[in-house]
Amino acid sequence: MLKNFNPNKAFFLTTKILKTLFFIFIIILIIGLTESLWISPEDYKQSHSVRIMYVHVPSAWISLGIFAFIGILSLFNFIFKNKNFSLIAKSLSTSGFVFCIIALVTGSIWGYPTWGTWWVWDARITSMLLLSIFYLMYILSWKVFEKNINQEKISSIIAIIGMLNVPIIKFSVDWWNTLHQNATVKIFSKSSIHPSMMLPLLIMTVAFALFSLIIFIMEYKAEVVKLKNKGLDRL
Amino acid sequence: MINQLFLMNGYGVYVWSAFGFTIFCFISLYLITKFQLTREQNKFTKKFAGLPQAKIELAKTQKINKEIIVNTPNFNF
Repeated sequence: MLKNFNPNKAFFLTTKILKTLFFIFIIILIIGLTESLWISPEDYKQSHSVRIMYVHVPSAWISLGIFAFIGILSLFNFIFKNKNFSLIAKSLSTSGFVFCIIALVTGSIWGYPTWGTWWVWDARITSMLLLSIFYLMYILSWKVFEKNINQEKISSIIAIIGMLNVPIIKFSVDWWNTLHQNATVKIFSKSSIHPSMMLPLLIMTVAFALFSLIIFIMEYKAEVVKLKNKGLDRL
Repeated sequence: MINQLFLMNGYGVYVWSAFGFTIFCFISLYLITKFQLTREQNKFTKKFAGLPQAKIELAKTQKINKEIIVNTPNFNF
């Protein structure tokens, strides 16, 4: 199965679907923005500032999800020695990092009217900052060790160590007393968020996930072209 | 109603700056990634065009090389 999983085949597939994905993303984003800025109700306590949730929460979810995926791919790279795993992980890292920064900045903007401060060193926020540092280290490792034969190993180790931070972020609000609120959207038990707020949150999550997929495809294609460029030198 | 949409009971500045920052990041990331992809495609196509004829024929046997060239915008041999 892994033999069929190669950059050439993926390149053909991604070229065809990129424009369609972009069109779907724009439609979903417009619906999501209309829902979150206009149609969804204000919160009885936080008033309209709750609308920041519709960009803050999906960004945090996606940046966490992407890093967990990068960690798993790095682990697979060690086990199966397939270069494509590290190529996919590398292509995912930039969008993951940007989503992490969006989560931190919008969280800070939301924190000021809600808590009266832009920043607190509580478990959730600090572990999220740590995630952005791991993202930065992972991205920089690809650039700094470009000519090192152990480049893939170094970046994979950073990703695997950083992956340990993912469950810490997820459960930080349960394990420690934090200013950050507990999870309101739960997979295995009843969510405490009202459906009128859940709908725009899910639409925005789908839009953000599509955007990260589009960026991933473009980055992946650039990486494949880079590889093919090196291939021309060897002709 | 328009006033309500922009001011949001005094929270408008926070809400709009959070959404504005997100959209700014999206547009910047998209443009930077697109620029990098186009630059790599142009590099490839230029290198491909500079190859001797025998090597071009050899490179053409790989379907992916053709695909990269076809998808490179504004490039003429």
